[in-house]
Amino acid sequence: MRNSFIEKLNQLNNDLIKMGGLVEDAIKNAAKALEEDDVELAKKIIAGDSLVNEAEKKIESQSLNIILREQPVAGDLRKVSAALKMVTDMERIADNAADIAEIIVTANVKSILHISASITEMAEKASRMVGDAVKSFVDVDLELAQQVVERDDEVDALFNEIKTILIENISHDKSNVDIIVDTIMIIKYFERIADHAVNICEWVYFFETGEYKSTQII
Amino acid sequence: MAELNNSDIKIVTKDVNLFYGDNHALKDVTLDILSNKITAFIGPSGCGKSTYLKTLNRMNDIVPNVKISGKVLLDGEDIYENGVNVTYLRKKIGMVFQKPNPFPMSIYDNVAYGPRVHGIKSKARLDEIVENSLKGAAIWEETKDRLKQNALGLSGGQQQRLCIARAIAVEPEVILMDEPTSALDPISTLKIEELMSQLKEKYTVAIVTHNMQQAARISDYTAFFLVGEMIEYGETQQIFSRPKNKKTEEYITGRFG
Ligand SMILES: Nc1ncnc2c1ncn2[C@@H]1O[C@H](COP(=O)(O)OP(=O)(O)OP(=O)(O)O)[C@@H](O)[C@H]1O
Ligand SMILES: [Mg+2]
Repeated sequence: MRNSFIEKLNQLNNDLIKMGGLVEDAIKNAAKALEEDDVELAKKIIAGDSLVNEAEKKIESQSLNIILREQPVAGDLRKVSAALKMVTDMERIADNAADIAEIIVTANVKSILHISASITEMAEKASRMVGDAVKSFVDVDLELAQQVVERDDEVDALFNEIKTILIENISHDKSNVDIIVDTIMIIKYFERIADHAVNICEWVYFFETGEYKSTQII
Repeated sequence: MAELNNSDIKIVTKDVNLFYGDNHALKDVTLDILSNKITAFIGPSGCGKSTYLKTLNRMNDIVPNVKISGKVLLDGEDIYENGVNVTYLRKKIGMVFQKPNPFPMSIYDNVAYGPRVHGIKSKARLDEIVENSLKGAAIWEETKDRLKQNALGLSGGQQQRLCIARAIAVEPEVILMDEPTSALDPISTLKIEELMSQLKEKYTVAIVTHNMQQAARISDYTAFFLVGEMIEYGETQQIFSRPKNKKTEEYITGRFG
């Protein structure tokens, strides 16, 4: 038994779960701060981003260390390589959450929300996708991972719907350009966040099967 | 095996059982060894890897109380059939043993021994074979100035490389290697691994190794043995990335026992 190795893998797993929790909080709070026009909460998200960056670095370092010292194979290798890929997506989600928070701090949030009820719907959907992506990883739940992948279409549809509304608005009324631009950025960030949630799920699937986006990559 | 695609099969073993007295050392082992490939055999100590390798060129025949059943076919011909010329068989299927076993004669004569037995007399030709074989086994530089010295004066690692040179000197069709690098330093090990990759262009190589990284590095196919049974056999890439059998996974990831 390679007890110290297994200990390192458990540690890596725990750190990934912890980072997943931070990222999930960031996006949930971003959705909440938007809905409630909560500038204080938005500032907290921005301040919290450095924790996620540190978590990413720590996991990258742990993973490379395991590869160097333990030469993992089979499920262990898949775990470590999935960890290395996944943290990039997790870190991007937190970045995008902070980007949204920065807009919330300066923008006219009430006017943004007034544009369409679909904006909060999109924020909640993207946020739940991240939560479920993290859960699918923690529980190694491939069914849930698959669901998250499929739910991306709903977010994309909302994005397009809101975009159409924005285009209409701007052609009628040029005085609201600031609000329109802030809105388009926010929904683009949520759309990207949903994509990253999908990526996390793809790596969960890879971890279990060695298959990534329908290709056996190992 | 379905997942092994259509490269030529060099050796077929079918339902091979081997008993050392009451000890059932190989249990219904069925697998095909493919031409021009390196096949690695892995598994814990005592699981029957060496025994399996030795059944492929009838090295177990001499063991008292051994009982072998099943079929071993080399190019479709049963090697256990009556009338098979075992000396000729062992020229075709050479072997490097777990423990180096140089003959008590000069380095040169060790390597020239096989070619001489098989009728090569020309001094120039023998010189050439000896040099090429020693080079191939990554031991030429250390021995070229002492070819007439007794091989038993070499270090363990040097003796092992000499045995590899001796095995390749007769240009076997199949070369069986039982932990050939377990006593070697990393540089010689890499040279031997390099040699194996060259050998497979012309020959078929089967190797037993306890070094999992080595199996992953050099072999095309890997078979995992456990207490006399062949548990899993497949492409090396598959075995080391997503083994199908839980026991294989436990063994290669070090979660065994
Ligand atoms: N000549 C022999 N006579 C009797 N029993 C033997 C003989 N050779 C091997 N055995 C037994 O057969 C079983 C398989 O041995 P074998 O040498 O094939 O194992 P192995 O997988 O090569 O192990 P290792 O990794 O330690 O070399 C063991 O139980 C061993 O004790
Ligand atoms: Mg052995």
